[in-house]
Amino acid sequence: MNGTLKRAAVACLLMFGLLMANVTYLGTIKADSLRHDNRNVRSFFARYAIDRGWITAENGKVTLAKTVDTGDPTFRFEREYPLGKAFAPVVGFFAPESATGIEGTENDYLDGSHPDLVVRRAIDLLTNKPAKGATVDLTLNVDAQQAAYRALASTGKRGAVVAIDPRTGAILTMVSVPTYDPNPLAVVDKGKVNAAYNKLAKDSNRPLINRAIDETYAPGSTFKTITSAAFLSEDGSRDENTVVDAPDELPLPQTSVVLRNAGGESCGGRSTLIAALTISCNTAFGKIGIDLGYDKLKAQAEKFGVGKKLSIPLSVHASDIGADLGPAALAQTAIGQRSNQMTPLQMAMVAAGIANKGVVMQPYLVNKIMGPDGSEITATDPEEFTDAVSPEVASELTKMMVNVVRSGTGTAAQIPGITVAGKTGTAETSPGKPSHAWFISFAPADNPKVAVAVFVESGSAGTDASGGTIAAPIARDVMQAVLK
Amino acid sequence: MSAADGAPVPMTAKRRGAQLAMLGFAVLIVMGAYASVGLGLDGKIPSGTLTYGLGLGAVMLAAYLVLAKFAPWADPLLLPLVTLVNGLGLVMIYRLEQADMKGANATSQLMWTALGVVMFSATLIVLKDQRTLQRLTYTAGFVGVVLLVLPLLPFIGTEINGSRIWINVGFSIQPGEFAKLALVVFFAGYLVTKRDVLALAGRRLLFIDLPRARDLGPVLITWALSIAVLVGEKDLGTSLLLFGTFIAMLYIATQRTSWVLIGILLFVGGAILAGQIFSHVEARFDGWLHAESDELYNRELGGSYQLMQGLFSLGSGGILGTGLGQGHPNIIPFAFSDFIFDAVGEELGLTGLMAILMVYALIVQRGLRTALAARDPFSKLLAGGVSFILAWQVFIIVGGVTRLIPLTGLVTPFMSAGGSALLANWILIAVLVRMSDGARRPPPQAIQDEGLTQVMQR
Repeated sequence: MNGTLKRAAVACLLMFGLLMANVTYLGTIKADSLRHDNRNVRSFFARYAIDRGWITAENGKVTLAKTVDTGDPTFRFEREYPLGKAFAPVVGFFAPESATGIEGTENDYLDGSHPDLVVRRAIDLLTNKPAKGATVDLTLNVDAQQAAYRALASTGKRGAVVAIDPRTGAILTMVSVPTYDPNPLAVVDKGKVNAAYNKLAKDSNRPLINRAIDETYAPGSTFKTITSAAFLSEDGSRDENTVVDAPDELPLPQTSVVLRNAGGESCGGRSTLIAALTISCNTAFGKIGIDLGYDKLKAQAEKFGVGKKLSIPLSVHASDIGADLGPAALAQTAIGQRSNQMTPLQMAMVAAGIANKGVVMQPYLVNKIMGPDGSEITATDPEEFTDAVSPEVASELTKMMVNVVRSGTGTAAQIPGITVAGKTGTAETSPGKPSHAWFISFAPADNPKVAVAVFVESGSAGTDASGGTIAAPIARDVMQAVLK
Repeated sequence: MSAADGAPVPMTAKRRGAQLAMLGFAVLIVMGAYASVGLGLDGKIPSGTLTYGLGLGAVMLAAYLVLAKFAPWADPLLLPLVTLVNGLGLVMIYRLEQADMKGANATSQLMWTALGVVMFSATLIVLKDQRTLQRLTYTAGFVGVVLLVLPLLPFIGTEINGSRIWINVGFSIQPGEFAKLALVVFFAGYLVTKRDVLALAGRRLLFIDLPRARDLGPVLITWALSIAVLVGEKDLGTSLLLFGTFIAMLYIATQRTSWVLIGILLFVGGAILAGQIFSHVEARFDGWLHAESDELYNRELGGSYQLMQGLFSLGSGGILGTGLGQGHPNIIPFAFSDFIFDAVGEELGLTGLMAILMVYALIVQRGLRTALAARDPFSKLLAGGVSFILAWQVFIIVGGVTRLIPLTGLVTPFMSAGGSALLANWILIAVLVRMSDGARRPPPQAIQDEGLTQVMQR
């Protein structure tokens, strides 16, 4: 019987061999797909097993997002946003199955999975502590952010405010209104989160988008700063006093349409460049645009960053001056109309570039990353983004923009004791529809510390909205908050 | 058979000291695992670690003492190995109980373990020689069949979770687990006496010598019994277990490959037929083949939800596992019984599962060694059958929960929660220990060397 017993033993060996091979297959090759199968709720639990890093501002002094230890073994750590709505478009929210804003883009630091944190994580694993993520500190100026949010939201308008430190590119303010409370979107209950999210997603005011970077809008007359920059850069002998054509009506070539000024006003036939910008003369800049040609205008816009992909680290929708559709279209492009579309961030970068002697700094939101023990892991070094104009041209543009605030369309942005430079914009969206109101500015003009772009969306500001009346006071409040 | 005639028989060592050391080691591993559960769950060593550990240690020490007294020559590895898997099962059930899983009860499992050791000891004390079992061949067969059909009787038989394998006599027991034991004894006794007849060749077909038609009787009866279990109790696992073991023992006894082929054909045919008539067999097969499809995953009854949850658990554990107390094995329905293997896989990983499979393989290997070394055909066949049924059961259930083969409900020996299975398996191990004692005990030695004819001198 020993022969058959031995064969039975081989059969048993074979069975164990098969089991071991199969278990090995499941535990190695198949493990990843099993682990990440969306029906496997463990990845969902894992999100809440990590002591997620905080999101702070002003070098850790102000908490924008924090993690609370509930003690519940299944969903141990929950996320809270103490300052809520005003910061939601930037900070985002940490939902059961997704994360947006900084919560999303900096997720690998926040949850500790970033390679920089691998040693720390290994120590946590060995000492059996819950994994702890790194703290992300943002560049936001909390007072300015709240001032901007209040100024925009209290009036029930839709729009966005972006403030940049022109010297570094650090984003001091990024507000989008209407916004949402991130707290109900960060609870553990998927059903509740989905209900709250769907309600927001269906809202016709679209509170979930960040108007500062997610969408582009016609910049209106604020674009005349770029047109001016191209005009001044084209010929070194030009300055703010160069006289340009400023007819009452500018016939658009190859069409029967004429370009007029706002309200049918006259610019006096001929005018200095500074005077044309101060009263925002459309015909003058339309003519300049046609004379410059599409390529030069586009090149100048690109020097301010238009059309470049940006990650701040939130991804920014690319701005675009539109396609070359002939001189008639170009005249409109030169005054910020037609298919000329900019994000509020892009226009803030234009103001910041002029303020910083022609150099546009790379805009950024993350100041530094701090390890769970408070030590610095990385910090953002300011970097030049583009060279927009020469320092001389920047200085001419500054003089012109100071004049706009001193005696032109932007007087509402004046701050006592501080010289403010600015440019208004009132962009027609479509015939019969109310306009977008814009204002870009920086201050103090002689030593700029803040550059701001304010955008108030069409229809929300009333039918007679203009950049000077609606947007300029908001910019003033934000600059005051930064400079105080 | 074992030692060549003539040469002096080498003395087998008792290795009792090694056995005690390994038993202590097994208990230590279990205590460590138990402490690790507490550390993983709330950072503290559970207060019961020492009492649990000492409790398990005391129970196993008692088993050891009985073994040392009544089966001193027994295989030194069997008891420590069984202690290890039993202990790890306990720890896992404790861990699931801590996660508030309904039905997981570590205290009751520990009590059943203690009772299992009592049965183990009693078997060793009462059963002085396994050959006495041969006299009970037909009694065992009768008892086995009765136990098997008991759940089908009205009033005492109860259906739980779709299988009618329980009887309720104040508390629930699974008579099928004991039937397994009785039937292996019966198969061994029956086949030993009939093996010469069954081995007779009949007609030759292709390359296979078919047995004579009249000898098919016992095979057909066992087959019918298996199919009856399959159909009546909806217990595919036990049905497969019994028939497979019978065929394996038939092969060991008769050396006829044809029996294996006939057996496989009969069972597959029967199962296919049953599958067409009874939906639960087909559902099991579907749930295996298309387990990952959403349709089967979401099916209310007989879907693949449980199997997939088990696989998710195993996959999430990966190579090293999450560590005891740090995974979520309690998500798998019945993680403490049928799916305990996957639950262990999540927290101890592939590494832990390989270790556990290795322990099972070693138990089986020690059993088969006993069979090889046994001195009489009945003991050989019984030890072979007992070893095979253990390996076969591990293969069916572990293969089922790891989707190697269709899932059939069976307990993982010594690990799954369940009193009946624990008791039956401890008795089974006692029988194996008894046989290994017999096999390793040195044969009576002649007083003198009688190599040459003794010449008496006046």
